[in-house]
Amino acid sequence: MAMKRLIKEFSKGIFRENPIFVIVLGLCPALAVSVSLENALGMGLAASFVLVFSNCLISGIRNIVPSRIRIPCFIVVIASFVTIVELLMAAFSPQLAKQLGIFVPLIVVNCIIMGRAEGFASKNSILPSLLDGLGMGLGFTIALSFIAIIRELLGSGKILGFMIFKAYPPATIMILPPGALLTLGMLIGLINLIKERNKR
Amino acid sequence: MDLATGLSIIIGMVFINNFVLSKFLGLCPFLGVSRQIRLALGMGLAVIFVMTLSGLLTWLAYRFVLVPLNLVYLRTIVFILVIATFVQLVEMIILKKSPTLYRALGIYLPLITTNCAVLGVTVLNINTFFANGKSLPGSLGLSLLQSFFAGIGFTLALLLMSGIRERLDLTDVPKALSGIPIAFIVASLMSLAFMGFNGFRF
Amino acid sequence: MNDKFLLSISPHIYKKESTARIMWTVFLCLVPSGIAGIFIFGPRALWMIVACVAMAISTETIILALRHQRITITDGSAALTGLLLAYNLPSSLPIWMACIGSLFAIAIVKQAFGGLGKNIFNPALAGRAFLLIAWPKYMVSFSKPFIYSDSVTSATPLYLLKEGKAETIHQMGISYLDLFLGNRGGCIGEVCIALLLLGALFLLWRKIISWHIPFSFISTLGLLTWLWGGSQIGRADVLFSLLAGGVVLGAFFMATDYVTSPLTREGQLIFGFGCGLLTFVIRRWGGYPEGVSFAILMMNALAPLLDRFCRPRIYGHEKINKRI
Repeated sequence: MAMKRLIKEFSKGIFRENPIFVIVLGLCPALAVSVSLENALGMGLAASFVLVFSNCLISGIRNIVPSRIRIPCFIVVIASFVTIVELLMAAFSPQLAKQLGIFVPLIVVNCIIMGRAEGFASKNSILPSLLDGLGMGLGFTIALSFIAIIRELLGSGKILGFMIFKAYPPATIMILPPGALLTLGMLIGLINLIKERNKR
Repeated sequence: MDLATGLSIIIGMVFINNFVLSKFLGLCPFLGVSRQIRLALGMGLAVIFVMTLSGLLTWLAYRFVLVPLNLVYLRTIVFILVIATFVQLVEMIILKKSPTLYRALGIYLPLITTNCAVLGVTVLNINTFFANGKSLPGSLGLSLLQSFFAGIGFTLALLLMSGIRERLDLTDVPKALSGIPIAFIVASLMSLAFMGFNGFRF
Repeated sequence: MNDKFLLSISPHIYKKESTARIMWTVFLCLVPSGIAGIFIFGPRALWMIVACVAMAISTETIILALRHQRITITDGSAALTGLLLAYNLPSSLPIWMACIGSLFAIAIVKQAFGGLGKNIFNPALAGRAFLLIAWPKYMVSFSKPFIYSDSVTSATPLYLLKEGKAETIHQMGISYLDLFLGNRGGCIGEVCIALLLLGALFLLWRKIISWHIPFSFISTLGLLTWLWGGSQIGRADVLFSLLAGGVVLGAFFMATDYVTSPLTREGQLIFGFGCGLLTFVIRRWGGYPEGVSFAILMMNALAPLLDRFCRPRIYGHEKINKRI
């Protein structure tokens, strides 16, 4: 019974409550980073790392922290893990750090992480919070990758750097801001359509 | 700092590298507050104020605290704490001076803290105007200029969006697209239009 | 019975005007310029026009059918969008790209917003901008006039000016008459100024478009070019700047689109001024040689706000603009 509930905490982040397509949070990196699948996976991994660890820590200290200063406390916790990620990335994959640019430090203000901290981790125990973080992180990464595949394929004819469409002149707009906004808008619209159909 | 550099920064921040339409920073409030022109204007002004002064405070913190003490890696934590404290201060001041504005902005005022745009511009200032921990000449003025006009660009996008969305409320958008998807499509077309300023050179 | 005693309910005055009539009239006024374009650039231009119009009409049909709405393609607005898009494209563009542009223009810029009368941005111009950003190299390669071949290209006058390769029309190897009649590289429907003006004058005479937007657009652009377009104040070739590029097509046929421009006279004058200003800024300092399309699109975004703040005062009431 408890196992079932735990699995539910994990799986909800992937489809039913997917942070990007359903709850519509964490959009800033979703658009900027989804230029290539490699960047998307890198960002997804980094954000998931921060999400899981900060969820755990916040859940652990939830009974000690006074309610009035909980938001600044959460921010410090999240910012610390982001700093760790920044340093790890600079050490092990500086190329990725450069490509992700300012969006690595911006993980601090990623609405998903703060949202889960405030909405879940501060009210539940460690194991569910861990799974919640994992599920949300995975859902975030999947959504990001989805957008990235579309953009990279149509915008540069490649996936992960491998040329797929050789004869087709790629539509550069897809890897530029207008294409990103258009892709995300159409995807969310498509998902809304599917939800409508399922309801009926 | 000469006129050409200054003008390039201004045009860059407002049009070419518009924080919302090009850098994708500040999308959450952009989608949330842009339904009414009045609210959009209030939010925009608050953001300009916070961005400019945060730019100043973080510049000072970086230049006179982090760099000399070799604590550059603490940049993210220090900057976000500075911004959070400052926004709290602004909240208290607005509450005192104009309770109606405070009520009108509602939850969006504390949300300026998590506004990617504010943290984004402070980090951008460091990346642009500091090299290897040393500040380039005139970097304080340039940082302030960049912060202020980044806010202006955000407000411009927000105002245009609110005008359009007020009108969209009266039209007949397909159900699946109404709300967030059509807002993204509008943003995409605005972003397309703003690309006209690419390659700007004085 | 004497007609004077005939009773009926209003309306009592009938005019033959309707959406369809207006759209098809504008369409017809544009046809001469298109024929000139085909004459100048060859059969390729004809296929381009046919493809864009056909794609526009089919896309609209399919989408209206999917939305279970009445298929109103006979109102001419889809055809007009397709035509205007084709007029804004170089004749050497691959047809499939033009089709995608047409699909984008109708499906996303027009129908996603609710259809006729509901769009914010000019569909044809947004389609052109989309193609320009998606496939830049293909969109700036223009065929040489009267040599009906894609492989012989010629740079447009504005491109030569932007690249600093030529400053006066002497250096460009053309004359004012060339510019006026269309003997130059450029988009299919923008080059033959003479026939465009003819169409525009007819529309003005019929009061289908009003003079406010074209007037403020062109005069602003002219004045700014005269002041700061050249190396010294008052030294720039204003006539050239108004004949080259897409100003005439843009100012008379695209900026005046009812749906995407302001409703009030005040608003329209500001709209035209903004278009002229932005066109000048892009031409003078921006990376693109021509700024008309982007300028109009940016002003389209501003138009709802202009409508909001330029409301005519109702007699007896205070100024509405006092409170936002």
